[in-house]
Amino acid sequence: MNFYGIRAIYIFEMSRTWRTLMESIASPILTTSLYFIVFGAAIGSRMGEIDGISYASFIIPGLLMLSLLGESISNASFGIYFPKFSGTIYEVLSAPVSPFEVVIGYVGAAATKSLIIGLLILATARLFVDYEIMHPLWMVSFLLLTAVTFSLFGFIIGLWADDFQKLQIIPMMVITPLTFLGGAFYSISMLPPFWQKVTLFNPVVYLISGLRWSFYGVSDVKVGISMVMILVFMLLCMLSVWWIFKTGYRLKD
Amino acid sequence: MESIISIRNLSKTYASGFRALKDINLDIQQGEIFALLGPNGAGKTTLISIICGIVTPGEGSVTVNGHDILTEFRASRSMIGLVPQELATATFESVEATMSFSRGLFGKPPNPAHIEKVLRDLSLWDRRKDRIINLSGGMKRRVLIAKALAHQPQVLFLDEPTAGVDVEQRRDMWAMVRGLRDTGVTVILTTHYIEEAEEMADRIGIINDGEISVIEEKSVLMNKLGKKQLQLTLQKSLTAVPAELADYSLELQQEGNVLIYTFDTQKEHTGISELLRQLGKLGIDFKDLHSSQSSLEDIFVSLVSDKA
Repeated sequence: MNFYGIRAIYIFEMSRTWRTLMESIASPILTTSLYFIVFGAAIGSRMGEIDGISYASFIIPGLLMLSLLGESISNASFGIYFPKFSGTIYEVLSAPVSPFEVVIGYVGAAATKSLIIGLLILATARLFVDYEIMHPLWMVSFLLLTAVTFSLFGFIIGLWADDFQKLQIIPMMVITPLTFLGGAFYSISMLPPFWQKVTLFNPVVYLISGLRWSFYGVSDVKVGISMVMILVFMLLCMLSVWWIFKTGYRLKD
Repeated sequence: MESIISIRNLSKTYASGFRALKDINLDIQQGEIFALLGPNGAGKTTLISIICGIVTPGEGSVTVNGHDILTEFRASRSMIGLVPQELATATFESVEATMSFSRGLFGKPPNPAHIEKVLRDLSLWDRRKDRIINLSGGMKRRVLIAKALAHQPQVLFLDEPTAGVDVEQRRDMWAMVRGLRDTGVTVILTTHYIEEAEEMADRIGIINDGEISVIEEKSVLMNKLGKKQLQLTLQKSLTAVPAELADYSLELQQEGNVLIYTFDTQKEHTGISELLRQLGKLGIDFKDLHSSQSSLEDIFVSLVSDKA
């Protein structure tokens, strides 16, 4: 293992985070606070409870997942896309680091950053709503696995993208709709039966449901299924990354 | 001398179908300065990129100090430092931070003393805290060299190191490269400035259209391919080369005022004295004569145009 190599990439990526502190940390927190004010306090006070949970509390896991997914993807995709764009990727490619080590460095830093943001959002939520966490260990596992999985996914997007537009298109056209339709703001039991079935094809449903279970002990799908789904998606991302490095796709040709 | 890099039957075809390299065989010797000369698009950068691991090779094999670049990439890559052609730098980082990054990436523990030495040698020490974005082009180029030297490589690749660098800095860079060679570092540089190869290299390889056509000691190459010309400025202009002189390779230039005789320096008899005697017999007088040897540039141009 090239430990110094992993460390160099990790430190480099984290220093980018500290350098752009306002954009990287302050803005997701501000955005999420706005959600809490509008949906939690303003609209939420007129909504009934869902599964015995006040609406403001109900949306916390969904909002947390929303920013965790978005942040993980954008951090990781930008982290690897920018060196490709500026040409500095030559150094990583010519260094004695294995693809596995490169992924640990980039994905590790992206996941770290989105976890920091996730925890800050959780703390911010406390200012607006009282909530409790019934299964803290499960919560931490869900956050960790989601951060890592979607950082991997973002890493793939960053490798695939060959212009800035492509970098934006998957988060905007795929992830945002899936999250909004994944039960961030409602329980899927509120949908008509047909749409309840359709919605089960949305992977984000399992993430939000699992995380909500860790908070309040209620979920749309069984927590075990949520955990299996996220592990399956992680495996798929790992296989894709492995294939990309093996073939040199968009990297070495 | 031992060869530190060994390239055997290396070919590369890009996904677009472009054959960038065709069956390259090349040995780079330990401690030499090797110049790879060739026009744009000849395959210089592709060749370097394959050795360094940036481009996947097609057929054939490459070893660095006996380590295969694919199966033993850690061993082979740790020996190599690469200065790319493009000024690709981490714009927002400080010079110091980017150096530490490079050293770490190549698996070496931090060594502030070495970093300081490299930065001082390249006159970057005073700017070590500056962000790279605030440096001039010449300084950025030196930052790239500093990064390549951060992990104390045994082999240094310089891809067009003096493109866009002014004359004075070019001299400094040459001096630095020689200094590195004196410490045992093997240097491979690509260039299309012939004077650079002529000035620096121990050996020269000429690559054109993906093929290496010549690999030779610089002095041998210049002797072997160097033609000499004798230039005679005539008293009276001629309209044509006289028939009596048809055996010599003569050419009239400048409206018949200058007669040029091209001869081979390797031959025992250059034919100069015979030619001059003949001219005397024919009553052709001349005001001036001088001889010149073709430069590497002429050699290069003739080789490249022969192939085309």
